[in-house]
Amino acid sequence: MQRRFRNRVSFLLCIAALVAAMSFKSVGNDKFGTVNIEFRHYVGDSILVLDDKSYSNSLGQTFNVSNIKYYICNIHLKRRDGTEYVSKEYFLVNEAETVSKSVLLNNVPAGDYTSLTFTLGVDSMHNCSGAQSGALDPVNAMFWAWNTGYIFLKLEGKSAASASPGKIFEFHVGGYKQPYNHIRSITLDMPGQGLQVSTSAVATMVLKADIAKVFNSDTVIDISKTSSITEPKSAKVVADNYVHMFSLLK
Amino acid sequence: MKRNSIYIAGILLSTMWIMYGFTGVNSYFIITKDDVKLIVPKGFPKPVYTFKNNTLTPEVFVLGRKLFYDPILSKDSSTSCASCHQRIAAFAHFDHPLSHGINGLIGKRNVSALQNLIWKDALMWDGGVNNLEVQPINPITNPVEMNESLANIIQKLKHNKDYVEEFNAAFHTNVINSEELLKSLAQFTGLMVSANSRYDKYIRKEDTFSKAEQHGLVLFRANCAACHKEPLFTDNSYRDNGIGSDTSLKDMGRGAITGQDADNMRFKVPSLRNIEMTYPYMHDGRFRNLEQVLNHYTHTAKLTDRADTVLKKGISLTEEDKKDLLAFLKTLTDKEFLYDRRFADPNMK
Repeated sequence: MQRRFRNRVSFLLCIAALVAAMSFKSVGNDKFGTVNIEFRHYVGDSILVLDDKSYSNSLGQTFNVSNIKYYICNIHLKRRDGTEYVSKEYFLVNEAETVSKSVLLNNVPAGDYTSLTFTLGVDSMHNCSGAQSGALDPVNAMFWAWNTGYIFLKLEGKSAASASPGKIFEFHVGGYKQPYNHIRSITLDMPGQGLQVSTSAVATMVLKADIAKVFNSDTVIDISKTSSITEPKSAKVVADNYVHMFSLLK
Repeated sequence: MKRNSIYIAGILLSTMWIMYGFTGVNSYFIITKDDVKLIVPKGFPKPVYTFKNNTLTPEVFVLGRKLFYDPILSKDSSTSCASCHQRIAAFAHFDHPLSHGINGLIGKRNVSALQNLIWKDALMWDGGVNNLEVQPINPITNPVEMNESLANIIQKLKHNKDYVEEFNAAFHTNVINSEELLKSLAQFTGLMVSANSRYDKYIRKEDTFSKAEQHGLVLFRANCAACHKEPLFTDNSYRDNGIGSDTSLKDMGRGAITGQDADNMRFKVPSLRNIEMTYPYMHDGRFRNLEQVLNHYTHTAKLTDRADTVLKKGISLTEEDKKDLLAFLKTLTDKEFLYDRRFADPNMK
C-alpha cells in the first residue's frame, strides 16, 4: 500500500518535472553562446608595456610597471528586458599572462546585452573559506597569510619619486571587513545594440583598464609620499581610484 | 593445554595493549583502516572548524601527519612544523621564549600549543588567521621561520614518488596542490583534541581532587576564569594583560590586524590546558615558569588605561593560595593527549 503510494508520488513528480522543463524551454532561450571579456591594460592612451617603458602620472612623476594583477568575479550581463546572466566564477587577470586577460563565459543565453557589472575583489565568504584552488590558490601570490585575506589588486613597479628602498612602489589592495572593506562593483553600459550573443560566434567585448586612473581619479596619489600600501587600512584611496579605471573600448 | 591458554591470553592482552596505545580509551577521534571519526567532548561547544569541506579520512590524516613532521616544507629542508611544535609540550616549544626558524633565525612570538584548534574562531596570538586550513602558510612563508613558498613545496612534493602516491591515495586526483597540502595539515592538527586531563575526569566524576587542587579550582574560578573560560580555558578574546610592550619586538598584537588603536597591545587569551608543559609563557615567552606568571597578575601587571578591565579589579593571592592554584593548573595536563602515539612522528618507530 505504502509502496504503491510512493510509486504514484514519484510518477507525479516525474510528470511535474517534465512539464516544468518543457515550459521553461518554451519561455526561456534554448540557444547559448560564448562571451569573451578581454582586458587591455593602458597607461593613459599608451598600451602598457611591462618593465621597459616609462610613464608619468599627473604630478609628472615617472614610473614603470612590473606587475598588475586583479581578481574579477560575480559577473552580471544584463539584457534589455532586465534578465541577467550571472557567473560566480573567479578570474585572476594578470598582464604577464596573455590567456588570463580573456575571461571566457560559456553558456550565455543568446540575446542582446546592454550592461556588464562585475566585482573587483574577493567576497567575504571566499576570504574565509580556507584552502582553495584554481584562481584562488594562494600560490598565485594574491593572498595575505598573516591577516587572512586575498589581495584584490596588485600594482607594482619602480618610480624615481619613490622613497621606498630600491625606488619601488607597491599597491596591494585588499580588505573585506568593515571599516576597511574595499570590495568594489563596476558597471559598464554598452551603447547601441549592445553585446550580441549568438550560437554562431564568440561575442567579444574589449575593456580598457587604465593604470593612470589608479594614480589619479578621486585622489591624486603622490608616489613620493605613498609608495607602499600593503594592508587594508591604508588601501581605500587606491580602491576608490581604480574603480574608475575600466571603460569599454569596443 | 594450560600453557596454551596462558599463551593465548598473553597474545590477547598484548593485542589489547597495542590497541589501547593506538586508539586511546577516552580518545575523541577514532581512526580505523576505513574511517576517521571525531567525537566532541561532553560539555564542549560546537566546533568552529567542522571538516565540512575537508572530509576526514585515514589517508588524509596520515598524509597530514607525515607533512607535519617533514622538513621538506622549509626552504633548506632543515625545519618542520614539529621542529617548533613538539608533541610532549602539547605542540608548543619547550623552553624556547620565541620561535626558531631556518639558519638560526628567531621569530617574534612564543610558539603556541596546538590543541583544541577546531574551537578557535581565529588563530595566532593576534587572531589574524581566520581559518585553520590557511594557518600553516604563515610559518611556511615567514622568512624567519620556514622561509619557503607554497609553489616551491608543491614542486618538491611532485618530484617525490612517495608523496605522489600518498596524495593520490588521499585525494584521488592526479594533482598535488596547496589546497590538498593545507587540508591534510588541517586534518592532522584539527584532530588534536585535549579533554582527558585530571580536571576533565574530575568534572566527569571519574577522578578526585586533593584539598589543594579543590581550593585551587575555587581560586581559579574567582580570579582567572573571566578570561580563561572553562572548558576550553580561553574565551577566545583579545586583551591587554598588563605585561607591557617588549621594546625590541614592538609587537602591537591585535591592533596590527584590526588597524584599531584600541586593539594595540591586545593578544589572544591562550588556553591553559597543558600549561605545565608549555613553558615559557606569554606572547613573547618572557616568563620562565608559572610562579612568575602568578606573580605578574598579583604584583607586576601594569594597570595602564589600556589594561583589561578584569585585571584592574586586582588579583590578590596569598603564598598558600598560589600553591593551591598551581596545583590546580597542573590538573590540566592531559597525558593521554601528550602521549597519544597517533600524533607522533611516523618516522620514530
